[in-house]
Amino acid sequence: MSVRQTLTLTSKHQLWILSQFPRLASTNSWWSNVEMGPPDAILGVTEAFKRDTNPKKINLGVGAYRTDEGKPFVLESVKKAETLIANENLDKEYAPISGVLDFCQASAKLAFGDNSRVIKDQLYATVQGISGTGSLRIGATFLAKFFPGNKIIYLPNPSWGNHTPIMKHAGLDVKSYRYYDPKTCGFDFNGAKEDIEKIPENSIILFHACAHNPTGVDPRPEQWKELSAIVKKRKLFVFMDMAYQGFASGNIDEDAFAVRKFVEDKHNLILAQSYAKNMGLYGERVGAFTAVCEDKDEVERVMSQIKILIRPMYSNPPVHGARIAAKILNQADLRSIWLKEVKYMADRIITMRQQLVDNLKNNGSKKNWQHITDQIGMFCFTGLNQQQSERLIKDFSVYLTKDGRISMAGVTSKNNAYLANAMHEVTK
Amino acid sequence: MGLFSNIPTDPPIEVFHLTELFNQDANPLKVNLGIGVYQDENGRTLTLPVVRSVEQQMAQDLTLTKNYLKGTGLDAFCTACLKLVLGEQSPAIVENRACSIQSLSGTGAIRIGLDFLYRNGFRTAYVSSPTWGNHDSILQTVGFEVRKYRYWNKDKLTLDIDGLIADLEAAPKKSVILLHACAHNPTGCDPSREQWIRISDTCKSRELVPFFDMAYQGFSSGDLDQDAWAIRYFAHEAKHELFVAQSFAKNFSLYNERIGHLVGVFESRDIIPKFRTQMATIIRRNYSNPPAHGAYIVATILNNPTLYGEWKNNVRAMYERIHSMRQLFYNKLKQLGTPGTWEHIIQQTGMFAYTGLNPRQCQVLIQQHHIYIMSDGRINVCAITQRNADEVAQKFYEVITTISDDPKL
Repeated sequence: MSVRQTLTLTSKHQLWILSQFPRLASTNSWWSNVEMGPPDAILGVTEAFKRDTNPKKINLGVGAYRTDEGKPFVLESVKKAETLIANENLDKEYAPISGVLDFCQASAKLAFGDNSRVIKDQLYATVQGISGTGSLRIGATFLAKFFPGNKIIYLPNPSWGNHTPIMKHAGLDVKSYRYYDPKTCGFDFNGAKEDIEKIPENSIILFHACAHNPTGVDPRPEQWKELSAIVKKRKLFVFMDMAYQGFASGNIDEDAFAVRKFVEDKHNLILAQSYAKNMGLYGERVGAFTAVCEDKDEVERVMSQIKILIRPMYSNPPVHGARIAAKILNQADLRSIWLKEVKYMADRIITMRQQLVDNLKNNGSKKNWQHITDQIGMFCFTGLNQQQSERLIKDFSVYLTKDGRISMAGVTSKNNAYLANAMHEVTK
Repeated sequence: MGLFSNIPTDPPIEVFHLTELFNQDANPLKVNLGIGVYQDENGRTLTLPVVRSVEQQMAQDLTLTKNYLKGTGLDAFCTACLKLVLGEQSPAIVENRACSIQSLSGTGAIRIGLDFLYRNGFRTAYVSSPTWGNHDSILQTVGFEVRKYRYWNKDKLTLDIDGLIADLEAAPKKSVILLHACAHNPTGCDPSREQWIRISDTCKSRELVPFFDMAYQGFSSGDLDQDAWAIRYFAHEAKHELFVAQSFAKNFSLYNERIGHLVGVFESRDIIPKFRTQMATIIRRNYSNPPAHGAYIVATILNNPTLYGEWKNNVRAMYERIHSMRQLFYNKLKQLGTPGTWEHIIQQTGMFAYTGLNPRQCQVLIQQHHIYIMSDGRINVCAITQRNADEVAQKFYEVITTISDDPKL
């Protein structure tokens, strides 16, 4: 068979043919049969965006905050903290497995509030985690090993794309409960309640504490209260994922409402926190995992076991980002600057949402776009279907994911009108 | 009652617990010979000056953002690290058959490397007897069956090369063999070049997968290239497909920034994209992407000739101090007339010395003499100083002469 003919066959055939010719085949390699991993869907959006030469192109796939100029934002409180830390000549010795102690304590206080019984009675087992992902992973691994009930975790539908792989890989089964209502682009409260009522007792349920990813749809406070009661009645174990505290409404206490309400209602929940967005610390991987415990004895047992889980993962966590976060949380002047900055980021996004709705109206759109301002946080489920999303990409160089999700971080006062026009064109 | 009120309290991890006990001890003469952290003559773990200055520069640099790194890490870091391990002229690098993935220090590199192997069907692994305490734990967590190959001959106080080869000869094909590239932890005893060649031949003929753990490049001989000799021989001359987990905790004194990388060397460049995408998947479901800070520091230093030179000198200085402390400790033991042979203290390399003390002797050292030592007799030579060498040697002498139910003599 000629070389040209071999090249037109499928790769499977090629491999077989090559294997018949030892001279050509890589017979000594262990890895000839290694499969190519699937490409990352979201990365694909960014790559297509980069290749596009349209000067008006907009990247709405980005999951990191951008300024109104479209630039990444390093917070002033972070820079100040970093300079102070650099001058303090702190050591580079291993942190404890559980991480920087100051950071862990401050993190628990931030989540639960200084006056919480959890803080006052020291009922939290908190460890530093590799941002939100790592903290979720610790929690999932801990549950897979020690949870005495059903090792099945119920996620809202839809949820962050990485939740399922993290949970499954840790050894939990994954199911879901209704959450997003595509008809209203809002919260399917009745659907959620119905589904949760049917979850078998002693199972695990995960909630996004605020700024649901990817929909931006959050329950209202009264709805959270009802959910807490139902979950209690069903004896479900609660896993809270809080990646946007402060970043959603601009107020850290308001955004922690659900977590604090559940704790008040005596759920001994577990919590994953991330500082990627609210402190802009993305690449420094700052997060925390907490288990709210019944008493100090349980705290001790749980801590001893979590450390054993962490050791074969990475031994102990990176300190740089945690030191920055701890300094900001614990030093009054830095904390004050940070609170203003996180409100500033949240406000910019809220403003962009409003402007987008106004611009859509100005374009003459007859559709109801209220969900854009009802939703909260970085992401917005526009309600555009797959074909409409594809048209946005193809015809207008507006890059988003096929589920109609846009990242508000990519919207600016300069591209807002163009975006509104494009959205109107594909939906009129 | 909470859901977790009845879970057991597991015993703490020995090496960290030892440090905790040490910290709680009020005795002014206490010495911590436990954890593998470099200490200077004053018992301090100082940050390298070259690291400090890079950090200060970074803090002032307004162009640096906190953007996520790729899951597989910072390219400038990975490219430089690959050269550090394999050498600038490595055929594997020139032919694009080698790849570096940033990791959470050495532990993280071993973990993701083993995750990759496991998901591609590898199931049996061999570790040296003895080995670093966490190797076993990581392997078991990933799901490997863990077997041992003979390594340390505690009667002769040397490498049991014949036992090692015999055990590898008996290993099933496709077994993953964890090898310490240099400065074996805990024994400090490394194969000679001839012995490495024998190990390589056996791995080849038995179709075993070499997985090197290199946590001490520069600490064994003082020379970075020399310490990487075994890896380079396996990759270039013997042409194995292999993996390397490297830590920069010790040789950059960046312990708590968790910076390291995993190297894969393959026969064909076609494997590289497959390897990278699989690593990206593994990393995504563990921690999404690695911390940036340590990567920027190491990348800046490795890619700048002046800083690189400064760093090499720092590593050489650490090596020389360790080397002289080995000699000092040996001299003191001999001066006291301590029973037994102690040549192994000066023949071993790297941070650790496997003293040969038994667990009972170690316990007494801790409890009565405030000398904190691991229960297998491993000591961190760095923690010995001009000031405490007499006292430490004296206390060793005492426990060896008064407790001998399991003599290593």
